[in-house]
Amino acid sequence: MSYVANTTAQRTEMLKACGVARVEDLFADIPAALRPKSFDLPSAKSELEVLNALEALSQRNFSHLVNFLGGGFYDHFIPAAVDAITSRSEFCTAYTPYQPEVSQGTLQAIYEYQTQICRLTGLDVSNASLYDGGTALCEACQMALHATGRDRIIVDGGVNPVYRKMLDCYTANLSIRFAEISVTHGQSDRHQILAALDDQTAAVVLQNPNFFGVMDDHRDIVEACHARGILVIQSVYPIALSLLKSPGEIGVDIATGEGQSLGIPLSFGGPYLGFMATTRDLVRKMPGRLVGRTTDRNGREAFVLTLQAREQHIRRNKATSNICTNEALCALRAHVYLSLVGKTGLKEVAELCYAKTQYAKSRFKQIPGVEVMESSPTFNEFTIRVPVDTGDLVGTLVERGIAPGLPLGRFYKGMENYMLVAVTEKRTKYEIGKFAEELEAALRK
Amino acid sequence: MSVIFEKSIPNRRGVTLPASDVPPPAPIPQQYRRGKDAALCELSELDIMRHFIALSQRNHSIDTGFYPLGSCTMKYNPKAMEVVARMPGFAGLHPFLPQLRYGGMLVQGALAVLYELEKLLIGITGMHAFTLQPLAGAHGELTGIMLVAAYHRKKGNVKTEVLIPDEAHGTNPSSAAIAGYTTRAIPTDAKTGMLDVDALAATITDKTAAIMLTNPNTLGIFNSHIARVVEIAHAHDALVYYDGANLNAILGKFRPGDAGIDVMHINTHKTFATPHGGGGPGAGPVGVREHLAEFLPISRVEKRRDNTYFLNYDYPNSIGYIAPFYGNFGILLRAYAYILSLGREGLIEASEMAVLNANYLMHNLKDVYDLPYNRTCMHEFVLSARKQVAHGVSAMDIAKALMDYGFHPPTVYFPLIVKEALMCEPTETESKETLDAFIVAMREIAEKAATNPDELKAAPLTAPVNRPDELKAAKDMDFAAL
Repeated sequence: MSYVANTTAQRTEMLKACGVARVEDLFADIPAALRPKSFDLPSAKSELEVLNALEALSQRNFSHLVNFLGGGFYDHFIPAAVDAITSRSEFCTAYTPYQPEVSQGTLQAIYEYQTQICRLTGLDVSNASLYDGGTALCEACQMALHATGRDRIIVDGGVNPVYRKMLDCYTANLSIRFAEISVTHGQSDRHQILAALDDQTAAVVLQNPNFFGVMDDHRDIVEACHARGILVIQSVYPIALSLLKSPGEIGVDIATGEGQSLGIPLSFGGPYLGFMATTRDLVRKMPGRLVGRTTDRNGREAFVLTLQAREQHIRRNKATSNICTNEALCALRAHVYLSLVGKTGLKEVAELCYAKTQYAKSRFKQIPGVEVMESSPTFNEFTIRVPVDTGDLVGTLVERGIAPGLPLGRFYKGMENYMLVAVTEKRTKYEIGKFAEELEAALRK
Repeated sequence: MSVIFEKSIPNRRGVTLPASDVPPPAPIPQQYRRGKDAALCELSELDIMRHFIALSQRNHSIDTGFYPLGSCTMKYNPKAMEVVARMPGFAGLHPFLPQLRYGGMLVQGALAVLYELEKLLIGITGMHAFTLQPLAGAHGELTGIMLVAAYHRKKGNVKTEVLIPDEAHGTNPSSAAIAGYTTRAIPTDAKTGMLDVDALAATITDKTAAIMLTNPNTLGIFNSHIARVVEIAHAHDALVYYDGANLNAILGKFRPGDAGIDVMHINTHKTFATPHGGGGPGAGPVGVREHLAEFLPISRVEKRRDNTYFLNYDYPNSIGYIAPFYGNFGILLRAYAYILSLGREGLIEASEMAVLNANYLMHNLKDVYDLPYNRTCMHEFVLSARKQVAHGVSAMDIAKALMDYGFHPPTVYFPLIVKEALMCEPTETESKETLDAFIVAMREIAEKAATNPDELKAAPLTAPVNRPDELKAAKDMDFAAL
């Protein structure tokens, strides 16, 4: 399949205009010694053949399992209008809005997306998006280090372990000191965190609800941090934000999070959406694109990329971050999703998640041998302890058509018998009941 | 056009959710609840469709018209790849599935895509191995420089700086800085438009960790001395980073791996036609020579003897987790389908046609616009509006005037080393008719610059807005409708 348009006759005419006989003459700058030793690739395929080949591969994936997997990435419902709008060519096949006159659609959509994130997080400024929740968290840490001139970061053990691994990777070449504080009863350990604060600490990194789904009110930690000039970074779950205290309400300085739950498919790990919001004081330290509202020559309202002096294409090695492209189309998905569910709908999604999670807990509690960890209230995830090896148990349930949850031994030492179970609004009472029955049957064996 | 929040009507709904089928739970304890609802909008689905379709109509895009934005490679994005990315077997796949025990067997189709794509990229570039995890080109650069740092750390080399040509993308120096290096610029030879190799030889020291090279560079010129650059770098145990931003020009003509390049990245949206999406999402696979493979991010996708695929996390020297999972899978999937579709001959043809289209445009414009580097170009070339500035018309005025002809302007004021730069990249998918229409427009604009400059300075007249006040935007700092 070829997507080029020019015919042989046109190519001949064009070559003539360029004053060369063959296309190959245009490549004369590439020395003969540097020509490819091989270019061994399969030959072209028709559209039908490609679609058939990929369809066959897609069917080798077990995407049909009833999904109780979460860990920061959730199987939420996506209204049809999200795809209808974001597949519009005018959004999908445009680029970064460098020329505002022909990009007002993208620019206004980003401005509106920034507004949605500000309203959800209760903070002043959101950027146009970052790659994912993990890179957003890493960028927030960089921001805090620059803003304070300090070199130490305290990370709560309830922060997604995948993000903590990313943070290790991102900071491997910089001299930054980390302290990690393990959770107690599933919640942030006040005693340990407060004891760890010192005058070299740039930021404390928290997550709400945390990796175990546990809800918290971090206001006391924020107050203790601010008293010592320490910034607080909170990673948040946007669906939960419709019900839970917003970062802005408790004085958080930088909120970040994964926006996948806002109308973005799971798609085996990406593309996702990193969001970040902060206070006006920190806006010049913030990475990423930022859209501002202004007026044009004729006094008409207009939108433009602004404060670009923070960015790599202007500041080069002194930029706040190396990020160039963001996740504009994913941000648009989130914006369309939030517009569709709206003020009431987002709360309903969250309430359904919460109610079904509570129901699942009540069912699981009745299963002999299963312990539901309940020392602190959780939002749409919870931890269970089982009396057998989680690996074998997971295998049995997968055979029954259920992706039962995430074994925690992989991320936390000593939690080999624990599993993290997530419940979204998509799960029905029947599916939860079936999971409980299959779990009970598997344990009886 | 009013922002969506101004259209909101209390109690209007866009989506109805299922009623709860479980008993009402005890409420969430008050101490965790937010004080006031988030003020999201309240609109019907039709209100929302009309709002966004109206917004879309205020955008220029590839599917609406020619988009010769130099260095961005706005080529056609085939629609079959969108169908592939939406297949439920891919779109609905949870990334934690393979992390269950034997979970790799639940995602064999997805792992096959990643494994086979890596093999194809190896064939295209001549590198030894790839990671598909970097989430964009700039993210690939950062990953690549982290690999460089890991290599030097293991060898006990003390390296402090990275050398970067002055024409490079801004992401090069900022990626190097974020990975902990200082940067130094190497000048471009004013005659050839290539990196000044003598200046490089004079600047490089044993403290140099790497040199970052884009080839063809941002002037659209292929550096024929690349072998010499590699030799100079390696003599100091400095690695050569190849910014693959312009790989789309040289498919089947040059492979970085054959030239001894140590590490490189690919922008899938530039070379493999994944949609730019208004600024992402992208993907930035990073390829390395054999001596850097042990440092690649984990996990890596590998194949067993029985032809099943698995994720291997057992690389103790890996730099670790650069992304949460396996990369921007939905984007990688499109790139894979695109490469399968074009095949060997199609990829070669794509580069040849990109280069022919660029040269054709250049030959038809260089008599009316200044061409600072007057030589055969690759996929793009850089004009200067120097001649027009004499009449008081800037590169920006020309850009705005082009909008009234229905074209997206070229990239302006980049690369920084060309004054009043107009960087044109037509790409391979544009037809001669489109190029001819663009040539007519550009020539007319050049004429108006001499005869009626005020008309150009008033442009654009057909766009929804005309030259927004950027200083006001920076001063007002109105970033959200709050």
